[in-house]
Amino acid sequence: MISRSLIVFIPAGYPNKDKTVDFMLSANAGVIELGIPFSDPIADGETIQRAYFSALSAGFKLKDVFWIVRKFREQSDTKLVLMSYYNPIYKVGIEDFIVNAVSAGVDAMLVVDLPFDEADEFVKVCRDFGMKNVFLAAPNTREERLRVIDELSEFVYLVSTYGVTGIRNKVSDLAFKALERAKKICKKPLAVGFGISKREHVLELFRAGADGVVVGSAIVKLIEQFGEKADDRIEEFTRALTSET
Amino acid sequence: MRFGEFGGRYVPEILIPALEELERAYSELKDDEDFRKELDYYLKNYAGRPTPLYFAKNLSKELGMKVYLKREDLLHGGAHKINNTLAQALLAKFMGKERIIAETGAGQHGVATAMASALLGLKCRIYMGALDYERQKMNVFRMKILGAEVVPVESGSRTLKDAINEALRDWAESFETTHYLIGSVVGPHPFPTIVRDFQSVIGIETKKQILESEGRLPDAIVACVGGGSNAMGIFYPFLKDRVRLIGVEAGGEGIETGRHSASLTAGSKGIFHGMLSYFLQDEDGMIADTHSIAAGLDYPGVGPEHAHLKDSKRVEYTAVTDKEALNAFLKLSKLEGIIPALESAHALAYLERDETLKGSVAIVNLSGRGDKDLGIVMEVLK
Repeated sequence: MISRSLIVFIPAGYPNKDKTVDFMLSANAGVIELGIPFSDPIADGETIQRAYFSALSAGFKLKDVFWIVRKFREQSDTKLVLMSYYNPIYKVGIEDFIVNAVSAGVDAMLVVDLPFDEADEFVKVCRDFGMKNVFLAAPNTREERLRVIDELSEFVYLVSTYGVTGIRNKVSDLAFKALERAKKICKKPLAVGFGISKREHVLELFRAGADGVVVGSAIVKLIEQFGEKADDRIEEFTRALTSET
Repeated sequence: MRFGEFGGRYVPEILIPALEELERAYSELKDDEDFRKELDYYLKNYAGRPTPLYFAKNLSKELGMKVYLKREDLLHGGAHKINNTLAQALLAKFMGKERIIAETGAGQHGVATAMASALLGLKCRIYMGALDYERQKMNVFRMKILGAEVVPVESGSRTLKDAINEALRDWAESFETTHYLIGSVVGPHPFPTIVRDFQSVIGIETKKQILESEGRLPDAIVACVGGGSNAMGIFYPFLKDRVRLIGVEAGGEGIETGRHSASLTAGSKGIFHGMLSYFLQDEDGMIADTHSIAAGLDYPGVGPEHAHLKDSKRVEYTAVTDKEALNAFLKLSKLEGIIPALESAHALAYLERDETLKGSVAIVNLSGRGDKDLGIVMEVLK
């Protein structure tokens, strides 16, 4: 699914669902990671929290996510990962959710607060309906766990540092060490995320062997700043992130 | 580790090693003689255990039943919270942690955490919803006097659940040096078990005391349930006995108004704050805003063991309104000269509801004292 790919995170419904589709289309992305707004996003920093709260208070509903994906799919074949907290999925029913997601055109599910130990049923339903999974791994994830994560995942999403999402000035040494270690253990491609916002971060990580690099909060900042007119900015920013020259 | 289908460990991968470390440390320590000795020492000499089981003769006469009050309100800090914070702070020391973080709603758990941290020389940061921070100024000040840093949380509904969110975010970054001292029987495994075990001292004492004074077990035990730590603490040692156990949730302005915190009475199954349990939420699984006159009950979820005890029908759960709780608050103050916490007043209010309790022996867990609530009550009575 990924090879030297820029993975671009877009929060659904921020500032509205039509613009979300435009933003997804304007991103120069190998993979789009579409974030489902949640009332209590415990793994996210302030930037993404604000985007989620804003979407929800503007009346965003879960069914709008599938609308966005369908609209996007009418115009793009770019791989799409849906990122969610577990409760919305659990609440509507795992099977209902996954059936809807598959038929809308989602390629893989990443559920932030669902470690694999708790995911037997979820993974089974995903497998039954042809949905792929992406699991998180962290710098402190034990080798045995990393092997299971690798086994279950289409690609492994390696969290680059301790803490939550958000822009950081530099990629931590921890990220490079974790990447080096994970490369030895995992057979699947590795994407690195959390705190990445600059071109040099992206290139450094590709050089260090990452198969994908995720930018999230930096994109959300652009939407925060330029609102409905963020399309061009997102296009420029994502193109610049991966340009070698 | 689950309670029936409830509980679990639904957290981002980054927190798994921290929870595993805690689980290991707890299983090594819980039966360790030196640890028990040290904890018992502090519970006795610092916190003031055992607490009395008081026969409330005036209230008994008024209600036509024998009412006993388990006086957790007499503990240092004014609530049962210190049982858990002393124990977990000792556990944190044993684990080599130098810093404690905790969430607080009304501030009782925050104060109890600040006390235990001061006592044991641990750095302490308390997260508190910005709304609670404003309405509980005195407790904020108490925590600061005790040397804690208090951080108002501006996100979401700016109450207890947001404080927990923020504490979890802190812990995801700081777990190497920091213990997250959860204040109730909630959160990912092993927290609900640890907090229940440390609060069980309430029920263990109660059992001994009621046998001494009545020569038999009580007919019923009543406790308020927010997250549910004081209720689990008093219920747990009685789970296998033939005793009615009744958990009373915060009915706020009435269940039908939607402005309440009664997750067992009116909520549905969900997964949040690391656990599968009952939550107040909308049809998309977004966590609801809650209301209660008692800030300590103002939480949209409940401990997973309570969820199991509800489904298995071992414990009865119900809700009383702000108004009923307030009346019980005033009644106990006038009749017995004891000002209860508004949380505990929910349990007291239930006694008036249940005709079948007439003539029986009932124990109410008086989980805290009401001094902290005087400002709120003064506003309401205006």
